[in-house]
Amino acid sequence: MSAAELGAAIHAKDTTSVEATGAYLDRIAEVEGDVHAYLHTDREAALGQARAVDERIAAGEDPGPLAGVPVAHKDVFTTVDMPTTAASKILADWRPPYDATVTARLRQAGMVILGKTNMDEFAMGSSTENSAFQTTRNPWDLSRIPGGSSGGSSAAVAAFEAPLATGTDTGGSIRQPAAVCGLVGAKPTYGGSSRYGLIAFASSLDTPGPIARSVQDAALLHEAFSGHDPRDSTSVDAPVPPVVEAARRGDVAGLRIGVVRELDGEGYQAGVRQRFQETVELLESLGAKVVEVSCPSFDAALSAYYLIAPSECSSNLARFDAMRYGLRVGDDGTRSAEEVMSLTRAEGFGPEVKRRIILGTYALSSGYYDAYYGSAQQVRTLIKRDFDAAFENVDVLISPTTPTTAFPVGERTGDPMAMYLADLCTIPTNLAGNAALSVPCGLAPEDGLPVGLQIMAPVMADDRTYRVGAAVEAALNERNGGPLLAKSAFAV
Amino acid sequence: MSAITRDEVAHLARLSRLALHEDELDQLAAQLDEIISAVAKVQEVAQGDIPPTSHALPLTNVYRPDESLPGLSPDQALAGAPAVEEQRFRVPQILGEEQ
Repeated sequence: MSAAELGAAIHAKDTTSVEATGAYLDRIAEVEGDVHAYLHTDREAALGQARAVDERIAAGEDPGPLAGVPVAHKDVFTTVDMPTTAASKILADWRPPYDATVTARLRQAGMVILGKTNMDEFAMGSSTENSAFQTTRNPWDLSRIPGGSSGGSSAAVAAFEAPLATGTDTGGSIRQPAAVCGLVGAKPTYGGSSRYGLIAFASSLDTPGPIARSVQDAALLHEAFSGHDPRDSTSVDAPVPPVVEAARRGDVAGLRIGVVRELDGEGYQAGVRQRFQETVELLESLGAKVVEVSCPSFDAALSAYYLIAPSECSSNLARFDAMRYGLRVGDDGTRSAEEVMSLTRAEGFGPEVKRRIILGTYALSSGYYDAYYGSAQQVRTLIKRDFDAAFENVDVLISPTTPTTAFPVGERTGDPMAMYLADLCTIPTNLAGNAALSVPCGLAPEDGLPVGLQIMAPVMADDRTYRVGAAVEAALNERNGGPLLAKSAFAV
Repeated sequence: MSAITRDEVAHLARLSRLALHEDELDQLAAQLDEIISAVAKVQEVAQGDIPPTSHALPLTNVYRPDESLPGLSPDQALAGAPAVEEQRFRVPQILGEEQ
């Protein structure tokens, strides 16, 4: 049952939130030993929330289409009633005194929090192997990574441990895990969803978004938490694009679709390219006009990202100073605050976080600033110009979401550059701030693992990505006689 | 660009307030060198008079009415602190003895 159907059934009183929440909690108990998607669950608290929303509905209140539906939150969103760790030792037992806007809005919409999901520490990574606490597995193949950094969220949804989950996307951290787990994941327009209460990684790039099993479900979650937030100064003060309506419409007839030449080249897995090419043909058969588009600066996007994101992270993570919250190490009365700070940060941060802090400090340091950070910001301008030029001629751009399917756990942990390549196709969108969506487009023949199609649209035209995504989803479901996820070992 | 030395990494670690171990310094020096060589591509692409973009959105100042709103209570603000004394954050000594 989709989240939309579940919400409708709860609303029609065919079932209750308590019943639905209990079923998901039972499923978590059943498969979590294999999947390791969650860092924190609280059965009693979840059932308590479910009872409360059942009472609201019984009293005639209409909190909206997702009322009573359970949701899992990436552990980077603050939650007032449960720990928030960003999968870091430095925040191991931290309980925030406030809710993120995303979590608060979904509570208001009557959604029940099942728990907090595992992630790469401070959202840095593409495999969820950088968590300080556990390694999440891909439900399609437990020896593979679930993507990252929202890998706990994607694994939970793919293993039917949650109908919906939240994630954050800084360089692809929603779209890449959604793609490798056979799910739908959206990176909304930057500023379209609030970053308030999101533990910051790279502030000019971080974007909260939905992870779901269908385009319609993703659209419902997207709409439920998006929109202007006065508490986030970068929040866009404009109406949420009509994503739910677009997901319902799902047609591409007459639409102009651009295939980005730079995002479909050498080095891509053969099965990924094959499924992508078939999807291009499918879109043409559905009446879209597909043309090739060149975005030459995209070739430098990965490089620009791995200067800009670490620079912002080195600055954002300065707040973990062992004074006001989190871990404190070495405070024996003889050491200075500075020494305690250095010892705490060395003990509390994992290897990837340290690597990025040092890299960011280097890129921002005097003498190198112009050569690296300054140049990267210029590349960002060129990427925006590429998008602007492309969107003068086409309505959306498409590419594979990731160059390969899910890779084996441990394969890239010792090789940072190989790991960074996982975000090759998703990063340009973060640098430019526009909207993108990943939808499943088949299984790679060589390994039977999911392949994602990325659909990119201009700023605040998120609805276009849902319109195209829904059309692809409907056509593939019809061709395959059902959703792709039905072929997973964890399908229910 | 020249290779990144272990001493440079040690300096960056001091600036970043990270007490890194000897083996971490060695490992990071090698990895940073590789990463920096890979990302140095930005210098080739960013030739000429291109204005930098620091943010996806054009940033404007955001104002709100100057009204006092309820904030965190002292107990809430201190709830996650590693050490508390007399309703204040207790921190290690900030000034050295010679100061």
